[in-house]
Amino acid sequence: MAILDVNDLTLSVDGTSILDGLTFELWDGYVHAIVGPNGAGKSTLAFTIMGLAGYRDYGGGLTFDGEDLGGLGVDERARRGITLGWQEPARFEGLRVRTFVAAGRGEVSDDDVADALRQVGLSPSRYMDRAIDKTLSGGERKKLELASILAMRPRLVMLDEPDSGIDVESLRRIREAIVLFKQAGATVLLITHSLEVLGWAEHAFLMCCGRVLDKGPVEKIGRYFRDRCIPCDHKNRPRLSEATADE
Amino acid sequence: MSSADLVDVARIHEAVGDPDTAHLVIGLNEVLSSRTVPGLDVDVGKVADGVELRLALADGTAVARPVHLCFGLLQAEGVQKINIDFDVGDDATIPVVAHCIFPNATDVRHLMDATIRVGAGADYSYRERHIHSPEGGVLVVPKARIRLAEGARFRTDFELIEGRVGSLDIDYETTCAARSVMEMTAKVSGKGDDAIKISETGHLNGEGARGALTTRVAVRDRAAAEVYNKLTASAAGARGHVDCKEIISGAATCSAVPVVEVNHPKAHVTHEAALGSVDAKQLETLMARGLSEDEASDLIVAGLLS
Repeated sequence: MAILDVNDLTLSVDGTSILDGLTFELWDGYVHAIVGPNGAGKSTLAFTIMGLAGYRDYGGGLTFDGEDLGGLGVDERARRGITLGWQEPARFEGLRVRTFVAAGRGEVSDDDVADALRQVGLSPSRYMDRAIDKTLSGGERKKLELASILAMRPRLVMLDEPDSGIDVESLRRIREAIVLFKQAGATVLLITHSLEVLGWAEHAFLMCCGRVLDKGPVEKIGRYFRDRCIPCDHKNRPRLSEATADE
Repeated sequence: MSSADLVDVARIHEAVGDPDTAHLVIGLNEVLSSRTVPGLDVDVGKVADGVELRLALADGTAVARPVHLCFGLLQAEGVQKINIDFDVGDDATIPVVAHCIFPNATDVRHLMDATIRVGAGADYSYRERHIHSPEGGVLVVPKARIRLAEGARFRTDFELIEGRVGSLDIDYETTCAARSVMEMTAKVSGKGDDAIKISETGHLNGEGARGALTTRVAVRDRAAAEVYNKLTASAAGARGHVDCKEIISGAATCSAVPVVEVNHPKAHVTHEAALGSVDAKQLETLMARGLSEDEASDLIVAGLLS
């Protein structure tokens, strides 16, 4: 059963088409990945699903759990269970970890925050009262973002380049967090151009030039991506028939 | 007005009740309660509309627990002038917390004029905490001239913890001798028709002197904020930084005028200023967790001013 239906989605920014008729669906409770080269439109797709400013004037349809997302703001979509982890998480001067992690739900106790921190490998006693500012590394901020998402208990988690700028240990923790999301019944959408991250998924989409070129088992999509997209052997816009001809 | 009233509003019962903690509670121009500790001389002279306060800390004295100075008016209208002359002896240490309490003000003026000398190797920290009325009917004009001797340290921060600003005009100037360190911080949130003016100046005159001027202001509605930060460095190894962030919303306005001046080839001063609306990425991160735009904005501003 699909939790998110994307139907002929289009979006242009400053007159340039970024999303060019995307159609796909995310099955409820699965870990999906969208893989594609830089500039494919992957992050734009996530921002559009989240409803960020500048990404709301889209064509086509976005339906979450049977409800049209058109007209809903970021917070309204989040309250329905959709959330996003950024490639480069924000810094917040003065905002404490305790407050940030608890921000997503009305009643989150310190114990809940501590649990979420432990789940991403951060010591509550060391991090609870720290500010989410430039004193934290990129890996620490990624983990804190995951902790805040875990505490939120979302239904659809989109993670944009979850392996960007982090060390091996942080990467392991992020992978474990994805398992936790799935165990909690959430659907996960990984946005990536990493074959390693692609390998965490159960199902994958290949995206290029604003379109979904193919979908299917991770091994199949990974093989095509590895052989044909790194480096890209289509200097011009590939056609769907070209992308799938080998399969 | 009794001491208990001001102590209640300032919430400093524990400090006032502690025999090892110095305090001074002044309502208008009356000393309502006081206690000192060894090495700290306190002399209060009554003048019209206020007090002349002379403090002297003996050389080498280390005051462990913060000294609480509580100034205030519980009346709706009035003027309170506080003139302070403070000598911190060589190698002495003293933390001071000043509570300025005007919870019922509709037309109150609080004028402070301080001259402070911090001796060689001494350490003086001064935290100013204000409680104003919800209407903000108060004009606060704190002025201080601070002189740091060689190797001295001085930290000050100003914070409005309750009520509305009203009208605020801070004017602090610190002069630093060799290897002394000063940090001046002001954090203020304005709304309604509050008017905030912050002028902080540091002169890094001695070799190896260091200084930082930090300002955080959030204004909304029709409030206005002006920040003037000036830092000069005039000796070898002098290092300084000016950092101003102002967030506005509604019809509020803000300005920042950072002036950095270097008069020695081996001195170095930097500045950064960021003025504008709440950072979009911060806002959207919190909104992507389900907070409304207003809730997210309030949280970000609270963090900035914390």
